[in-house]
Order: sequence, then structure tokens, then C-alpha cells
Amino acid sequence: MLKLNGYLRILKRSNEGAPYLATVTAAATSNHTVLVASRDHVTGSYKAVLLDGAAPLDKLEGDVFELSELFDHLTSGDIVRLSPASGAIRVLYRRNSPSNTVLLTERCDHYCLMCSQPPKTPNDDWLLAEAFELIQLIPPSAQELIFSGGEPTLYGLRLVELIRHAKKWLPKTALHVLTNGRAFSDIKFAGSYAAVEHPDIMTGIPIYSDDPSHHDYIVQSRGAFNETVQGVLNLKKAGERVEIRIVIHKETLDRLVKTCEFIARNLVIVDHVALMGLEVTGFARYNLDNLWVDPFDYKDILSEAVTLLNNYRIPTSVYNHQLCTVNTDVFGNCKKSISDWKREYLPECVPCTRRDQCGGLFSSGSLYRHSRHIRPLF
Amino acid sequence: MTHELPSTDPSYIELRSRQFLVDESCTVAGELLAAQVRTRHQHLADFTALHIFVVTLRCEHSCHYCQVSRRSQNTLKYDMSHETALDAVDLAFRSPIPNIKIEFQGGEPLLNFPLLESIVLESEERNKVVGKNLAFVIATNLAMIDDRILDFCRSHSILLSTSLDGPRDLHNANRPRPGHNSYELAVDGIRRAREVLGQDRISALMTTTEKSLTRVRDIVDEYVTQGFDRIFLRPLAPYGFALKTKSYQSYNTSRWLEFYREGIDYIIDLNRKGTDFTEFYAQVILRKMLTSEDPRYVDLMSPSGIGLAAVVYNYDGYVYASDEGRMLAESGDFQFRLGRIPDNSYDEIFSSPRLLEPLVESFAYSAPMCNDCAFEPYCGADPVHHWGFHKDYVGRKPESDFCKRNMELCRLLITKMEEDPFAKRLFWKWANRE
Repeated sequence: MLKLNGYLRILKRSNEGAPYLATVTAAATSNHTVLVASRDHVTGSYKAVLLDGAAPLDKLEGDVFELSELFDHLTSGDIVRLSPASGAIRVLYRRNSPSNTVLLTERCDHYCLMCSQPPKTPNDDWLLAEAFELIQLIPPSAQELIFSGGEPTLYGLRLVELIRHAKKWLPKTALHVLTNGRAFSDIKFAGSYAAVEHPDIMTGIPIYSDDPSHHDYIVQSRGAFNETVQGVLNLKKAGERVEIRIVIHKETLDRLVKTCEFIARNLVIVDHVALMGLEVTGFARYNLDNLWVDPFDYKDILSEAVTLLNNYRIPTSVYNHQLCTVNTDVFGNCKKSISDWKREYLPECVPCTRRDQCGGLFSSGSLYRHSRHIRPLF
Repeated sequence: MTHELPSTDPSYIELRSRQFLVDESCTVAGELLAAQVRTRHQHLADFTALHIFVVTLRCEHSCHYCQVSRRSQNTLKYDMSHETALDAVDLAFRSPIPNIKIEFQGGEPLLNFPLLESIVLESEERNKVVGKNLAFVIATNLAMIDDRILDFCRSHSILLSTSLDGPRDLHNANRPRPGHNSYELAVDGIRRAREVLGQDRISALMTTTEKSLTRVRDIVDEYVTQGFDRIFLRPLAPYGFALKTKSYQSYNTSRWLEFYREGIDYIIDLNRKGTDFTEFYAQVILRKMLTSEDPRYVDLMSPSGIGLAAVVYNYDGYVYASDEGRMLAESGDFQFRLGRIPDNSYDEIFSSPRLLEPLVESFAYSAPMCNDCAFEPYCGADPVHHWGFHKDYVGRKPESDFCKRNMELCRLLITKMEEDPFAKRLFWKWANRE
């Protein structure tokens, strides 16, 4: 697992006050290779230097931090947030990753049993402001950005503005907005969202059960099912691309096939369905014994759900499942979905001939709980 | 009986998730159902998709079951005239639908190939202005096919639909022609057509006769051998000569259902063993059962597909509401003759009481007995069939073999899905395939 946030030792502090964003560039100073963070591409002046060896500090401009081994994965083009006061660093954009997630808020109107990013209540509007700034720093060659939360639509029209901003600065970058979709039950809001006419945007919305009260239970919010389904209908009416996301765990497994049948019968117009293995982090870790089912034990149910969706010609992907834990009939739907920075393999995986096609494990899975049936395929 | 069901009851939950039951947790159900109804009836606004041109009644075959063909050499009497053809093209292009399909039928349409050619060229010429998705199909026995015709089909993207009744002995017994070589000509024609046009540019249709009833496996095997990936196990249409010669009564619906049951079991097993093969009748009903799409199969629509989905321009200029309507006319009943070109205008033909009256009575969900039938959403109305038997558009349902056949088929398909998990998965696939 790559470390994306932490603290660096402060060697020299030149800037006062608030944290700032900066793009990492590699440069040679004196006889040492260092990483320098430049805020201003035009003047080329350095806001900070991340030093990986000894160097005379007085010759370096900006803040100087000691680059610990944990962050030596940083490469030219990455974007970081640096705090001169505390030495805090957070990697916000990794150039070599095909897909980068932008956390817009930690607030949420759902409280899902298995949330990997448990909601917090304080106002964190600054994350949205930072996203506006970040988008201007990200190179237009970036493949995909994921707008995530918390619940991004809590910003209402400000989220729409952010998407418009992304369309203006990164017209070729695909956007994936992860939301519970309830805000789109307001047809006017769905209309404003669609009016941006972003050339490549997908809205990912979870529906955890075909039984409304069970969906409401899983997301811990009464009335959620109604608004979410209405939201999906409204987005499709507005011509938007919609993905349905289902996390598979003990509470969703019993009705998984029926939930997929509900989608096939009522929402066949959706553009993609993602069936996702549980990420053992956040609430999922606390509720693990109530939620965990070994994927190997539900592989036949997964096969039936996937076959149904395939037969209904709904583009379907299976995320976060190791190939050795599923039946071969879903291999074609399995995607390498786990972000590279948190993807791991086990010692059992070393001789596996399918490793290149396998998405591996979440680092949290390798740490806390994973299938008992991880084995090499030959 | 308290007529109460607690909201935690498993049946309550199943009924609610399928919108049979609505409470405050799923107020969106109404919208979901509305979307299904909207999708199912979307095609009504498009109007007539299939335009059947009977370019000649002449045919060198003399099949016992054929309702219409003539072995006459008299080209004037049984061929469509050039003027009639142009008038019919006019009418076809009046349809608001963006996708129109012109199907050439007969007799054997290739016996009037020059007219067929000019209809294709004329339609393409007009389509340069209109810009519809225009498709052509020739329903032919392939006996007359030659390189020139195939070249023409290729350059105009024309599909072929042929007759294949089963293995050689059955096919040739069903479809007599001079030389007793109908099968040989059909099989050779299929091969040549595929070489020139492509594997998927030719389809085949079988007619069930009394001789077929014990041969369903042989028939399916023949289709597999000839490289087809589907078959339509058709009931025999009770019109025209078939009705007159009593060959229709020669076996009843129960016997046909037995034939069908054996066939569907055999086809499911073929798939189980790895051969991808579909039965069309089941596919039509399954699409209604398992999706919100209407398969637009003219004989199983509600409201009926007559005139709305298909229309027939007969060789003599008379316009019929359906192919069965034209066949009924061959036995002297002109109930579904909507008018004649050029004497009648588009408006007169498509608002003729002979079309509107049966249509009004063909909304199955409001027809007596259909409205109580559990299978109504999977079925349709066939006013031509019921008129043929009962001289009534709705017909007497307890005596209707249409009802008996379709209800049994629904039962059969549902039972299969409940009993056989493989069949269930297969049926999902059929319901959604082209």
C-alpha cells in the first residue's frame, strides 16, 4: 500500500500560514536530486523542496521538508497538499494512476452499514474549494477523476459548478461522480446537472436491495430507496449515463439476484452495473462479523446475478474479487478495480498464472480479512 | 381470512418489490410501472413497420398447406402491375415510422423479379429524400435463385427468408414441385446465399403439418445441420386452402402442443450441451414475460398488430390488414380488406372501419375473459383468427384454440423456469436476444 498522507519533517519554513497545493517536479539542485514542489508553472519559482538527501538549506528556496521513504513513490506531475505549519502532506493526484479520487466532503445523509469512508459532521466546504483549485493544476491528459464523498450532492448547485469547471479545464478527462442519487429526485436539480453537458460523465449510484425497506435499512435512512430510484429515473430522462453500484455482503447477498432482476426489469436503461466486493475499512471493519461472507461461499450466487445481467445485455463489472474466489463464467466481467496504491497480492499469488488479469486484494483485506480460498490458478 | 398481511411477511416483501403492492416506502412504484407501459407501447406511435408486397401469386411449388399460390402461367392475371407497385410504395412511405421493412411475398416473388427490382430501386430513390432506415426481405423458396439475383440482393442489402420444413423426406413431401427436389434446391440456395450475402443474411421458416408432428427432433436437427441458430415451431395457420382442405382439423391444438413440448425440451437440451439455438415462439412470449419490450410479433400484440405493425399490398391492388387477412380473403371472406390502391387514399385505408373496429376490440386487457387471464400481459389479440373461426373479432374464448395454445405455452415456459435453473438462464438470454 502506498502512503498518500502523513507528515514530513520540516527542515526549513519560509511560507506562513495555510496549506497549499503544489505540483511535484523533479529537479537537480547542486549535486543532489530532489523533488521540488512548484506552485507557479510560469515563473518556475519553487514553493517547497522535498529533500531526499543532505543539501545546504540556505541555497534552497521555499519550505524544505525531508522526504521520508514512505513518500519516495512521488513522481513528477503528482499534486500534493503541503502544510508548512505542521509538515502534513497529502497526495491529491497521482499522474501515473489512471483514475484519481477527489474527496469533496466527508458529510453524508446516509450512514451505510459498510461505509468505507464514515461520514463526519463538521463543515468541510474547504474540500470543495480545494477541488476547484486542484482541477486547474491537473494536466488535461488525466484519464479519469472520481468525485467522491461523503455525499457530493450535498453541495447542490455548487457541485454542478465544479463539474462545469472540470469540463472547462479538463475537457478530455472522464468524470465519475459517486453519489447516493437522492438529490436527483428533484427533477430540476437533475436538469441543472445534465445541462453542463459534460462530454464524458458517469454517475454511480448504489441500490442495495429490491426491497425498499431493506435498502433503507442498509443505508440507515428512511425513504432513501424512493428518492434514489426516482433520482436514477430522472437522470436517465435527462440523458445522463448512470451506473448502479451494489456492494456484496451478508445484508445484500440474500436478495442479490432479485436486486439484479429488479434492475433488469425496471432500470434496464442504466449504462453499467458494478457488483463490488466489500472493502474492509471504515464501518465495514467495525461491522465485519455482521457483514463478512467469504466470496468463495457466494460464488454461485454471484454467477447467477452476473449471468442475469449479461443476458439482459446490461454492461456489468465485478469489482474487488480475486479470480480464485469466483466461477470462471464471471471472469469476463471481473475488472482490476482496486486502485494501484491499495492493491496487494498474497504469498499464495506468487506462482499464479492469472495474476496479471486479477485485481488482487485491498491492502485492508490482506490485513484484516480476506477469502480463505486464495490460491494460485494454473 | 382477515385480508391482512403484515409488512414483514415474505410474501408482502416479494409483492412490494415487484410493484404488486405499494406502500409509503416505494411510492416510486407508479413511475416504474408507467415506464414499463410506456416502453411496451412505444411502437404504437411509430405505426406500420412491415409492408408486405405480394408481387405475384404464381409459384412452381404446389404445397398442400399453401393458402394462396397458383400454378398458372398467366402473368397478367396473378402478377402485381408496375402502377400498383408504385402506388404501394407511396403508401409505405407515408408511414411515420423511422424504420420500414419491405417484404416481398408470393406465390414465389422471384417469378416477378423485374417488378421486385423496380420496387427496390424506386424505394431507395424516394428514401434519399425521406432518410428512413429501409430494409428489404424476400420470402422465397430459393428454387429460382441465381447469381444475378444474389448480386442484386448483395448490392441492396436484401435479406432472404426461405422455407425449410425439416429433413429431405419431410420437406419434399410437404413441398411438392416438378422434379421433387424442393429440399435440394433450398439447401443449395441457402449455401449459395450465405456465400454471396453472408452467414446471417438468410433465415428459414418451417410450416408444421400432420407429417411433422412426430418429427420435431429431426426438424430441429435439420436446422442445426443447415447452420441456423433458431427455429420457429409454428402452429399451422387455419386459413385459406388449409381450412378448406380440412388439413387444419386433421390434428388439434393438443397434438400440436405435444409436438411443441417435445421440441422445446429437445432445444433446451441442445443448449445444455453447448449448441446455441433459440425457439422463436418461446422467445416472443419470454420477451413479454421478462422484459418491458414488445417483440412486435403481429399475431401476439395488444392492441392487435394488424395494420399497426404490418400491412399487405396484394398483387391486385387490394390492401389487407394482415397476411392472414389476405388468406381469409382467398377463401372468400373479405372482412380485412381495407381498400384498394389507387382508388382509396392512405387516410381512407388506414382509418377504414375494417381496421379500426377490430383494433378497438383487440385491447386484450379489456376483452371478455382476457381481462381475467393471468397470462394476458404475455399474450395478445388475434382478431383475424377469431373472425375466421367465430365471425367475431374477440371470439369465444373457451372454444378458442388461440387461447388454448397460448395459455398452455405460458404455463409450459413458466414451469420450465421454475423447475430447471438452466432453462431459466437460457430464457433470460432468449428474451433479450435480437
